[in-house]
Amino acid sequence: MKYIPDGLRRLWHRMGSPRWFYETTGSWVPWLAASAALLLGVGTVWGLAYAPPDYLQGDSFRIIYIHVPAAYLAQAGYMLMAVCGVVLLVWRMKLADMVMATVAPVGAAFTFLALATGSIWGKPTWGTYWIWDARITSVLILLFLYLGIMGLRRAIERPEAAGRACAILAIVGVINIPIIKYSVDWWMTLHQPATFSVTSAPAMPPVMWIPLLLNVLGFNLLFAVSVIQGTRTEVLLRERRTRWVTDLCRQERA
Amino acid sequence: MRASPGSEASLWVLFRGQLRRDLKLAFGQPSELANPLAFFVVVITLFPLGVSPEPGVLAGMAPGVLWIAALLATLLGLEALFRRDRDDGTLEQMVLRAQPLYLPVVARMLAHWMVTGLPLTLLAPVLGGMLNLAPEARLPLMLGLALGTPVLVLLGGVGAALTVGLRTGGVLLALLVLPLFVPVLILGVSAAELAGSGLDPTGPLLWLAAGTSFAITTVPFAIAAALRIGVETG
Repeated sequence: MKYIPDGLRRLWHRMGSPRWFYETTGSWVPWLAASAALLLGVGTVWGLAYAPPDYLQGDSFRIIYIHVPAAYLAQAGYMLMAVCGVVLLVWRMKLADMVMATVAPVGAAFTFLALATGSIWGKPTWGTYWIWDARITSVLILLFLYLGIMGLRRAIERPEAAGRACAILAIVGVINIPIIKYSVDWWMTLHQPATFSVTSAPAMPPVMWIPLLLNVLGFNLLFAVSVIQGTRTEVLLRERRTRWVTDLCRQERA
Repeated sequence: MRASPGSEASLWVLFRGQLRRDLKLAFGQPSELANPLAFFVVVITLFPLGVSPEPGVLAGMAPGVLWIAALLATLLGLEALFRRDRDDGTLEQMVLRAQPLYLPVVARMLAHWMVTGLPLTLLAPVLGGMLNLAPEARLPLMLGLALGTPVLVLLGGVGAALTVGLRTGGVLLALLVLPLFVPVLILGVSAAELAGSGLDPTGPLLWLAAGTSFAITTVPFAIAAALRIGVETG
């Protein structure tokens, strides 16, 4: 343990306190939200209006500016949930459970967004809204995994037990995700002739990828701000019987 | 001679005791034992009626149909897996014992597999014949089921353990475990299909074997942890 710097260790111990999290992140939210809005605004307007059209797909490729960040965060969200699950099971950190409870619906929403934009993109490029492509199928299964975790949390009444049950499921799921992905890839090579593929330009010029980068950063911040704000609500909800929350409410009212 | 708790001998006694008890209980209720099998046969019967009785069409979809029916039949048996033990307090005693839960859980799952997965595996070639499955695909189908159903039972066991204390178990259980079944389904079906089209099915079968070994070594820990939570909530 002596190799871990003191500051980091102190931060780790502090994170065990939901109250510390609530009080510290309060001032972050407006900044994060504002920078997310700025990045997404610039990136989206640039991508949709000013980036040149793709030489094969024309204007329809522009949905990439929403699709790619959503798809990436859908997977990152599940990873985050599993990491929180490990932290909860090993260190019994209450905050990890609150983050996990918030990430599930946010991640599911991003997964749905990725599927919906992918499906809309599929119509002009592949001629159909849905094909059983390997990537689409694994993202669909990811959505089911999210829904399972949300359903399990809702079904168990005691929040502590619900948290630990979801943690186990998230860890089992995260070990399964690469297996599912490889098996689905294999199933594709066995079944589907490679007639459909995303025919994107070999390498994007900077005017195309800079707005994408901005949007990826913006989506990251949007995800962070959603999770932080959701966790803050969760903190208040679960700690509502403690002294500091009742004091806080009294202050707000006054 | 009494072995001390935690010693190898006592763990082995525990394992055998658990296995014997669970098998006895299972065979004590033959109707419950037969239900998943009857379900398996009925589901298979629906496909020629609903899709097509054409031998060529049936042969094409036979591996997939047999595997999906096996998946659903396994799922059907899962809900009751820990329910009775929980209701009469056995599960609590199991969790409270000084010995680790790993081996009793393995014994429990093995007993469950012997009364669900194993009969499904043995029944599959007969139903395959009815669905006009290619004769050379029958052995790979059976091997696939023999290797794959333990994984299904184990992964399903996690779901069953997580939902053991809940009133609304059934549908939620399906939502929890069916996505996890996907790789087994894909590998099992592709083994039978490869063999059916005259190719070597060894690849997917070896992958299934690897998956089974991995699942047997790791998944019981998840089941044990989930059971502890289930006992606390109940």
